[in-house]
Amino acid sequence: MIEFLDGLAAAFWLVVNLDEELWEISLRSLRVTLSALLIASAIAIPLGTYLAVQRFRYRRFVISMINALMGLPPVVVGLVVYIMLSRSGPFGVLNLLFTPTAMIIAQVIIITPVIASIAHQSMRELWAEYHDLLISLNTSKRQRILTLIYDGRRNLLTAALAGFGRAIGEVGAIMIVGGNIDHVTRVLTTAIALETGKGDFALALGLGFILIGIAILVNLAIHTLSRTEREGRW
Amino acid sequence: MTAAFPLTLSGVQVRRQGKTVLGPVDLTLNTTGTTIIVGPNGSGKTTLLRVMHGIERFNGGQVAWERDDPAKHGFVFQTPVMMRRTVAENLAYPLKLMKTPKDQIVMAVDHWLARIGLEASRGGQATRLSGGERQKLAIARALIRKPDVLFLDEPCANLDGHATREIEVLLHEVASAGTRLVMATHDMGQARRLANDVVFLLDGKIHEFGSAATVFATPSTPELAAFLRGDIVS
Repeated sequence: MIEFLDGLAAAFWLVVNLDEELWEISLRSLRVTLSALLIASAIAIPLGTYLAVQRFRYRRFVISMINALMGLPPVVVGLVVYIMLSRSGPFGVLNLLFTPTAMIIAQVIIITPVIASIAHQSMRELWAEYHDLLISLNTSKRQRILTLIYDGRRNLLTAALAGFGRAIGEVGAIMIVGGNIDHVTRVLTTAIALETGKGDFALALGLGFILIGIAILVNLAIHTLSRTEREGRW
Repeated sequence: MTAAFPLTLSGVQVRRQGKTVLGPVDLTLNTTGTTIIVGPNGSGKTTLLRVMHGIERFNGGQVAWERDDPAKHGFVFQTPVMMRRTVAENLAYPLKLMKTPKDQIVMAVDHWLARIGLEASRGGQATRLSGGERQKLAIARALIRKPDVLFLDEPCANLDGHATREIEVLLHEVASAGTRLVMATHDMGQARRLANDVVFLLDGKIHEFGSAATVFATPSTPELAAFLRGDIVS
């Protein structure tokens, strides 16, 4: 209990003192996570919607695979990305290992199935609702997908936020591919792991509270900006 | 006569799970005005309409339009599908699909909102309209593309007398303006008020087809005579 209170106090003083290093790693956390979220959403939302609208031979298999990949172990993802980006790997020439870009790549791989799976579920329900109308209006496949994405944007936001939640709290993969290098790839989660390892639990807890605070703030900001709960809007 | 007609169905059959739900149907619709399809529940009225509109696959036979342009058909479902948009956006949607210039969309939306008496609700969510208002909006949305033919699947089912009358007035005006109407109903009063010619379906087959005056005055099959009397026909 004393350590918990110490953690709260540490978080308070870090924020109040505008700790330069805290700001740096917090902003890096946000930059990496939001970049991964944008890229993953750009892949996963059209993919989930396409799977809702289109019937093809191995559709069920693909959906099952995406659902299964939601549980991808981040450490394994980190290891695979590490091997691919290491100097002897196929993408070693790009010199991306131990950079924020490598961390973004790992996070994209981890959260794309999460967003795609939730997006597919909500788009499937919307497609069932809209099916007859969109078919009767002789819409093209592209028009159907765009209509579903537009009208289902509130549900897709939830899918994206689920991906954000998974990414912002991720540590295993980004520790491996980022290396937790001070002023280069250190983010909040890897800093927490480091401080825990050093036995500074108060500071680790303090960073943890800040991480939770950032996650809540981002969620609130996105909900407010997209007017999710406004009267008369979807 | 509208340019799309005559519409000829030759030996059209629809089977589901080994059971024939429609046909074989041989039918030619080549008159102006309103064709009403009547018959008991499960007789194939909705399936026949969907086949004619081109949104239901059939297993045998042929559907031939004089000049087939799917953009010139409209369809109104028994349960209107309201998009998760405002009333005005629901109306504008079919025109946006056709990439109609914005000023023309605004004019058409204003015209139809006034015509169906929903100007005051233009910015409200379509899903919050009453049943009668939803159906009027669905009809207006189908008509905004100025179709040659409008298929209606029991549009007044579940509506009260006032809403039914409003819709019938609208349909009268539309038919008078030259739009060909093909409508399913099991409301014989409505059939008598609107029909120029009548198709009587039973067990997926056409039992009778002719002008409304003839069919209602001198039904040639005992099944139709019983149906017109209000007896249970199966």
